Amino acid sequence: MSFWTRHQIFEKNSIILIVGILLVVAVGGLVEITPLFYLKSTIEKVDGVRPYTPLELAGRNVYVREGCYLCHSQMVRPLRDEVERYGHFSLAAESMYDHPFQWGSKRTGPDLARVGAKYSDEWHVTHLANPRAIVPQSVMPGYPFLSKAEIDPDAIAGDMRTLRTVGVPYSDEQLANAAADLKAQADPDNAGTDAFTKRYAKAVVRNFDGKTGTPTEMDALVAYLQMLGTLVDFKIYNEKANLR
Amino acid sequence: MSQPSISKSMTFGESGLAVVFAVTAFLCVIASAKALDAPFAFHAALSAAASLAAVFFIVNRYFERPAALPAQEINGRPNYSMGPIKFSAFMAMFWGIAGFLVGLIIASQLAWPALNFDLPWISFGRLRPLHTSAVIFAFGGNVLIATSFYVVQKSCRARLAGDLAPWFVVLGYNFFILIAGTGYLLGVTQSKEYAEPEWYADLWLTIVWVVYLLVFLATIFKRKEPHIFVANWFYLAFIVTIAVLHLGNNPALPVSVFGSKSYVAWGGIQDAMFQWWYGHNAVGFFLTAGFLAIMYYFIPKRAERPIYSYRLSIIHFWALIFLYIWAGPHHLHYTALPDWTQTLGMTFSIMLWMPSWGGMINGLMTLSGAWDKLRTDPVLRMLVVSVAFYGMSTFEGPMMSIKVVNSLSHYTDWTIGHVHSGALGWVGFVSFGALYCLVPWAWNRKGLYSLKLVNWHFWVATLGIVLYISAMWVSGILQGLMWRAYTSLGFLEYSFIETVEAMHPFYIIRAAGGGLFLIGSLIMAYNLWMTVRVGEQEVQMPVALQPAE
Repeated sequence: MSFWTRHQIFEKNSIILIVGILLVVAVGGLVEITPLFYLKSTIEKVDGVRPYTPLELAGRNVYVREGCYLCHSQMVRPLRDEVERYGHFSLAAESMYDHPFQWGSKRTGPDLARVGAKYSDEWHVTHLANPRAIVPQSVMPGYPFLSKAEIDPDAIAGDMRTLRTVGVPYSDEQLANAAADLKAQADPDNAGTDAFTKRYAKAVVRNFDGKTGTPTEMDALVAYLQMLGTLVDFKIYNEKANLR
Repeated sequence: MSQPSISKSMTFGESGLAVVFAVTAFLCVIASAKALDAPFAFHAALSAAASLAAVFFIVNRYFERPAALPAQEINGRPNYSMGPIKFSAFMAMFWGIAGFLVGLIIASQLAWPALNFDLPWISFGRLRPLHTSAVIFAFGGNVLIATSFYVVQKSCRARLAGDLAPWFVVLGYNFFILIAGTGYLLGVTQSKEYAEPEWYADLWLTIVWVVYLLVFLATIFKRKEPHIFVANWFYLAFIVTIAVLHLGNNPALPVSVFGSKSYVAWGGIQDAMFQWWYGHNAVGFFLTAGFLAIMYYFIPKRAERPIYSYRLSIIHFWALIFLYIWAGPHHLHYTALPDWTQTLGMTFSIMLWMPSWGGMINGLMTLSGAWDKLRTDPVLRMLVVSVAFYGMSTFEGPMMSIKVVNSLSHYTDWTIGHVHSGALGWVGFVSFGALYCLVPWAWNRKGLYSLKLVNWHFWVATLGIVLYISAMWVSGILQGLMWRAYTSLGFLEYSFIETVEAMHPFYIIRAAGGGLFLIGSLIMAYNLWMTVRVGEQEVQMPVALQPAE
């Protein structure tokens, strides 16, 4: 019986055809994805990466909602020009708490993986409200409405609890203080700032949008942008330890 | 209201579905009342209204219909079910125009950013997913559902399985599109490209998709032909694999069952790999396998020639579906994804060139002995040119998956150009060709209203594609080169914004190309509308016809 006659079993039996299709399409995904969950070399061992603070998380949700990832990547490739333009190439560990990841696929605007602490808060607030006020050739949309949208501090704990269920290591203490921490990070005069910075290493407390009162989406987004790429200290990062 | 006859009773499907929808409407009203955010309240209310409409539709249909369900055969000929096909074909045209229009808007926004108007719901970041979902899933999806329901009936010589089920598929699918699309405008997204809809839309799509598979499969079970026709293999691979991809990429935990926000189970690197395993195979199985099924049915039918090589189609099928699934990592070259995965992705992407061109050859060579028809039949010309575009973009794709090439092309407009040579040239043209065939067949018309208008559509759209993809090649390669340009002193030559500025003329040319493509589709919509409205009825043949396979 030739190969072509044998193939008739698929052509005459829809269930066998479906099973065949499922088996054939399963191979590639299984081989490429499964090892990423158990190979230890997949994610580097690095100090400093922590879950997002409540305010940063709220800002990240704004970033996701407005589709920023469609024009900005967060993944510096280990190429000479990128490392010189943006900074150290991105590590897998730096996005290990990202649900979902925000690596992006297009740079209509520049990469943002290391944008944190490069510009002032005021620069960001002005630029987000009207990009062309700072960069006349920019094609970025304006987001003036973020300054008017207040954030509900009590809602963020639910988000953090959900993230903990899918694997982000928030502590009980961090969950219990979520609303207070959200307010404290945007208000340097807040009594809770010391406790907050103890809970989140390297977190920056500032009045990001320069306005008093309940934190706005502008506060949150700028807080998020200002921490991007700042958690790992590359002065002490040992590249050789993570060769793979 | 007509008096139901004594023997008339509701089928299990009718009564069951009516009850299910009534309960759903009730639950949706509660969800809308308890909603934590406005978009969720809106979507729940919309679902409640749609469920009530469904109950009304089912009950009303029951009272209107004769006691007996439609016969499977009439005078020895299968009694084909055309209603859901007509609906899906209409929706395809509607969403196509909407999707092309949104594409033109966002292309213009990149050329003239003032068009964002500082408003959240029409800013680029929210409209872009609307564009991609509208053209891929709304336009492409409806074309696939319409043609698959047509092809499976004709090639199996059996009436579409189920009475309400096919209607559930087409209406349910378009309701999913409505929820997803309005969600994007309201900022509801899980930010995974081409899989942006949130958890509740994903759940609904899963239900619809399972019913789609069952309807398709049950029709195959009823077939009068011993063999399953080759187009149906591709449709099956498309339906089954898309289900697998959808389930693999989208497991997410909602923050609350009364809110729209959810967090995906995968994080960081694993999420990236799942996403592009999904993303590339949305291309491979939605935009390729499904539309190859169209190629395998509509080109032989239109050219009135058999498929060039049956054996080649067997090799084409298995090689294509086996190799495609590996190609995802080429979207993640030089990222934090481990090198071994990137290398596997690149290797299989290059190998994928072979089955792709095998399929192209099978499609093109089907024209053997009928090449002269290209001169007289613009519909066939559209179908054939689509296969040529398929060949072009499946050469370009493997080339761009080579890491060195990718280091230049990635993150630039070259990718956008590549996608559109496939999307406009291949998927667009093969869909247009299929709809030009399908509408006269489904509405029982002798032919199209005007072949001359098809000709116009063909040339206007082709010119649009050429403008689009050449502008994106130039801007993509230019920007990639500018990013890595160094001065003689060893400094980066260009700031980022200088490279953005250099894109401006090409963004205008791209928008012009997209505008032409949109005009072409408007010509098409008019032509199809007139075909249905004033086209001459085809006289039914008295004897049963053998379907050409």
